[in-house]
Amino acid sequence: MPKQKNRTLTKMRRYWSLYLMLVPGILYLIVNNYLPLFGLTIAFKKVNYAVGILNSEWCGLKNFSFLFSTKEAFLMFRNTIGYNLAFIFIGNAFGLLIAITMDTVKNRFFKNVSQIIILFPYLLSIVIVTYIVFSFLSPSSGFMNQTILRFFGMEPVSWYNNPKPWPVILVIVYIWMSFGYTSILYYSTLIGIDKSLYEAAAMDGAGSWQQIKNVTIPCMRKIIIIMFILAIGKICYSDFGLFYQVPMHSGMLQNVTQTIDTYVYTALLEQNNISRSAAAGFLQSMLGFVLVLITNKIVNRFDSESAMF
Amino acid sequence: MITKNKVLIFAAYVLLTIVTLSAVIPLLILIGSSFSSEEALVKYGYSIFPRDFTLATYQYLWAAKDGVLRAYKMSIIVTVVGVLASAVMTVLFAYPLSRRDLPGNRIISFFLFFTMLFNGGLVPTYMVYTRLLNIKDTIFALIVPGLLMNAFYVIMMRTYIHSNISDDILEAAKIDGASEFRCLTKIVVPLSKPIIATISLMSTIAYWNNWQNGMYYIQSKTGLLGIQNFLMTVMNSTTALKYEQVSGTVFDHSAIPATGVRMALAVVAVLPILLIYPFFQKSFVKGITLGSVKG
Repeated sequence: MPKQKNRTLTKMRRYWSLYLMLVPGILYLIVNNYLPLFGLTIAFKKVNYAVGILNSEWCGLKNFSFLFSTKEAFLMFRNTIGYNLAFIFIGNAFGLLIAITMDTVKNRFFKNVSQIIILFPYLLSIVIVTYIVFSFLSPSSGFMNQTILRFFGMEPVSWYNNPKPWPVILVIVYIWMSFGYTSILYYSTLIGIDKSLYEAAAMDGAGSWQQIKNVTIPCMRKIIIIMFILAIGKICYSDFGLFYQVPMHSGMLQNVTQTIDTYVYTALLEQNNISRSAAAGFLQSMLGFVLVLITNKIVNRFDSESAMF
Repeated sequence: MITKNKVLIFAAYVLLTIVTLSAVIPLLILIGSSFSSEEALVKYGYSIFPRDFTLATYQYLWAAKDGVLRAYKMSIIVTVVGVLASAVMTVLFAYPLSRRDLPGNRIISFFLFFTMLFNGGLVPTYMVYTRLLNIKDTIFALIVPGLLMNAFYVIMMRTYIHSNISDDILEAAKIDGASEFRCLTKIVVPLSKPIIATISLMSTIAYWNNWQNGMYYIQSKTGLLGIQNFLMTVMNSTTALKYEQVSGTVFDHSAIPATGVRMALAVVAVLPILLIYPFFQKSFVKGITLGSVKG
């Protein structure tokens, strides 16, 4: 009996050290992730710094009213969701196309070099991307105005003051930054496809297109659908840098570049309008949470192994 | 896909060539322009091949190096400290979590996992860090918020431990009297080197590229800002470069090669990533494929 007790004691001491290892991480998660959740209540308060946020008066849903009454609010939701849809569809389709292309190219050296190169833009910071975009669009010395438009004999365009082309520009920039990642991700699934399936299809006289349609796509169906669903779960979030830095926070472009994230930032730190910022952020967090739960439920039904929980 | 269709194979080579070039050309424009003379840039604009080759922009950067070097130094400090701290925290969190026998394992997993589902967003986070912890305008603001421990990396590491380190080894070590900390440092860490490398690499990129923390939390102590924030300032006005100059009496401020110097600075900021990338490309790709399993 004492021996038994002794063993539980050693066991406890063992676990004690394991719990100790968890302490720094738990503290960090509390500070970085859990305390801010309580801060979500700011959205329902009339913030008065003199008495502090905790003691500020509640004001019900007053902070939210602008979200449903101003054009600005409508635009930022439209832009966030609109751009994300474009990114999801074009980005995945393009990534898949390049993955299939890589699979068709048999020269290993060429394939490796191109993989190394196309992934590189994904590693650049958005600040560098802003510089690169500027080197194209700078009104006085950009590559577009000075080389391409001049070559076609067209008038230079004042890119940073002209909202019309920006939806296209932003989609191109996004694809440029991310297609290496998406292609390599799809390619890594693609090379896992059993070659004998293709051989059998080829034996039956299936051409390239039929092989893609009847072998590649069905084998990739799972990962494609999962990528879509996971992206839909994040549809209320946008890459702040892409929409704030790349257009150089130009006011003239606001109608096509304002997203929820850029709004939350500008309202908080530039316009000092914390209540509106908090309300927009609150709605984003809630929608984000609900969407992740819903999409995960769908993934779960579809393929329980790929679901997050 | 199996095809003997020459046209199709040729088309694949052409397409892959085009996309590879389009990935690299914008970077070449950046580099080419940084070696062009100011006159050529004003006249012909940015282009891939340096026109009227010159090192003037880099000489200018060197002359105004105080600001650039300080920002560079800050980026290096923040990246090194941040990556080390986050590797330690990730390992310390992932190992206990990988132990199925640990009482409360499920609760802790959920505690970690929940942070991936729901987050407070910018406003509450900003309030916690500036009003509660008061780390505004300190170096902690560049290291701690958002980057220090990523739930996703912890889960990657835990999965790795599950599938690569058998319980038997740990059990045997414990029978030999090794403590948990010894098991961690002598068995788990050495056997998890590949995943630790992948995770550290990803967090190196995250720290080096981070500009949000500097923009949100550093308002008066601009000396703390790293290279990305420095680039942002210079983008708004190249005069930021000359204000950084402390004792540039012999230096002619009126002659900033404003058009080219921006590009030179961007090249200097990309350099570290450009240099480490080819060596670690395999680890990056591994990170992507691992990430796709649980995205």
